[in-house]
Amino acid sequence: MPLTVYNTELSSRLLLGTAQYPSPAIMAEAVKASAAGAVTVSLRREGARSGSGGDFWKLIQDLGVHVLPNTAGCHSVKEAITTAQMAREVFGTNWVKLEVIGHQDTLQPDVFGLVEAARILCEEGFAVFPYTTDDLVVAERLMEAGCEVLMPWCAPIGSAKGPLNSDALRAMRAHFPGTPLIVDAGLGRPSHAAMVMELGFDGVLLNTAVAKAGDPVRMAEAFANATDAGHTASKAGMLEPRDMAAPSTPLLGRALLS
Amino acid sequence: MHVLIRGAGVAGLAVAYELVQRGAAVTVADTASSLGAGASWCAGGMLAPYCERESAEEDVITLGKGAASWWDRVLPGIVNFKGTLVVAPPRNAFELKHFVARTTGYAAVSAEEIAALEPDLDGRFQAGLFFAEEAHLDPRAALEKLQVKLASKGVQFAFGPANETDHTCFDRVVDCTGMAAKTALPQLRGIRGEMLYLETPEITLSRPVRLIHPRFPVYIVPRGNGRFMVGATMIESDDEGPPSARSLVELLNAAYALHPAFAEARILELSSGVRPAFPDNLPRIVERGVTAYVNGLYRHGFLLAPALARQAAEVLYSNEEASFNEADRQRRTA
Repeated sequence: MPLTVYNTELSSRLLLGTAQYPSPAIMAEAVKASAAGAVTVSLRREGARSGSGGDFWKLIQDLGVHVLPNTAGCHSVKEAITTAQMAREVFGTNWVKLEVIGHQDTLQPDVFGLVEAARILCEEGFAVFPYTTDDLVVAERLMEAGCEVLMPWCAPIGSAKGPLNSDALRAMRAHFPGTPLIVDAGLGRPSHAAMVMELGFDGVLLNTAVAKAGDPVRMAEAFANATDAGHTASKAGMLEPRDMAAPSTPLLGRALLS
Repeated sequence: MHVLIRGAGVAGLAVAYELVQRGAAVTVADTASSLGAGASWCAGGMLAPYCERESAEEDVITLGKGAASWWDRVLPGIVNFKGTLVVAPPRNAFELKHFVARTTGYAAVSAEEIAALEPDLDGRFQAGLFFAEEAHLDPRAALEKLQVKLASKGVQFAFGPANETDHTCFDRVVDCTGMAAKTALPQLRGIRGEMLYLETPEITLSRPVRLIHPRFPVYIVPRGNGRFMVGATMIESDDEGPPSARSLVELLNAAYALHPAFAEARILELSSGVRPAFPDNLPRIVERGVTAYVNGLYRHGFLLAPALARQAAEVLYSNEEASFNEADRQRRTA
């Protein structure tokens, strides 16, 4: 069953960022190779002056994939809202990946500003995809504000550390069983994507791990496969680890010596 | 052959040189009132194909590795053959591994070796990379001297808006106008760059130093007399307006991280320009009737202009396709 967010079916559970690639041509190839369900694009810096990033945005629209504009680089509620409104005009979509950065070093979201901005944007009719931490209370507040999707980090943006706290991710899955949960930020390797998908997450969003790879196009493909594998595994029912060895072939007819 | 070259940036002047060497009668026209109106004036002037390969295709090395000797031959003494030093703050030292994942032509250097190369950086960085084959030049001096040299070889220069029109008395036109050619080359896009000039007598560097930072990679190029060029941002935008506060904060922070004495340096200049690029960030020559467009040099103007200029001259002097003309590119990517 495909991932559905805000009444829209996505063709893939992998969402890909469009920044930091060696060239837009390679970015386009990577998006194609990953068959990404949506791409994110940042507007804050490029569009600070009257939509001057138009040529790049046109390249993004030409990809023919759902566009999820983001408010990366916004440090206040006001900046994020202005950027979201501009994104709606530029891309003709009410989707917005909401980022309100609170900490310069870790780029941790300012969760108070995030909830406030989410409330305002939801009231204005935006479909808000909030970049948040794995804090359950913040997640609840975001849902109350009108968010229908949650996007927790699993490690700081661009850190490539992979899931630092799988207990917290597990708890999040358990508390929000019916809400699409997409891990956004911190993934470094395909195995990280598989890991969070195995935890039952609905999708992953990444950028640096693909864009800065030696061969972004092949890495995009690897992440797509890993995301798929993790998702399939979570539906297939995985074994729980046990302490005692259990042979897959019974050792009938032999003496048990222990 | 009478050739009109539009655009007096690095591409236009390099093409003029290659054509004049082949015996063409060349006129260079630019709608600006003098040299220095375009992106070339804001360039770093690093002839650093191996460092650039970190974020570019292999063509940057193939086309760029002859650049330093071209500039040295055309303008003797202009090129500093001192290599490039790449350093990372201790916290980001592992990024050096990332940096070289896509390139060659370097040697890992220790703290002692860094101090030997750049005594003023003694004790500041534990590990770095040295690209010994690379070089740099002062782009503004290079453009000015090249203009003088071309004039001495009989090239006519026509500056000012009146020179927009009338190419009827020329056999061929070479358009090197960067983003101004957007109408003819709709795939072109602008990548905004912001930079600044600092002056301090307290620091001496002999070569470009690149500071690796996951968010704000920056280079500092010594220009002599205590002057340093600090650059440059890369923003997907064709906005030519003055630098933003945020960009300045990033550039200045990086300079300060390289050496705290930069905090007391004087800011001599803040500039911004728009680099022209095609979607693959590689340059190309596009022929349309009598006009050949040489464009898309992106952040590699001084590095790639010599190779592109040679190819443009070959295109004009033969009917054969140069390896970077449009038909060939389409064939290669098909």
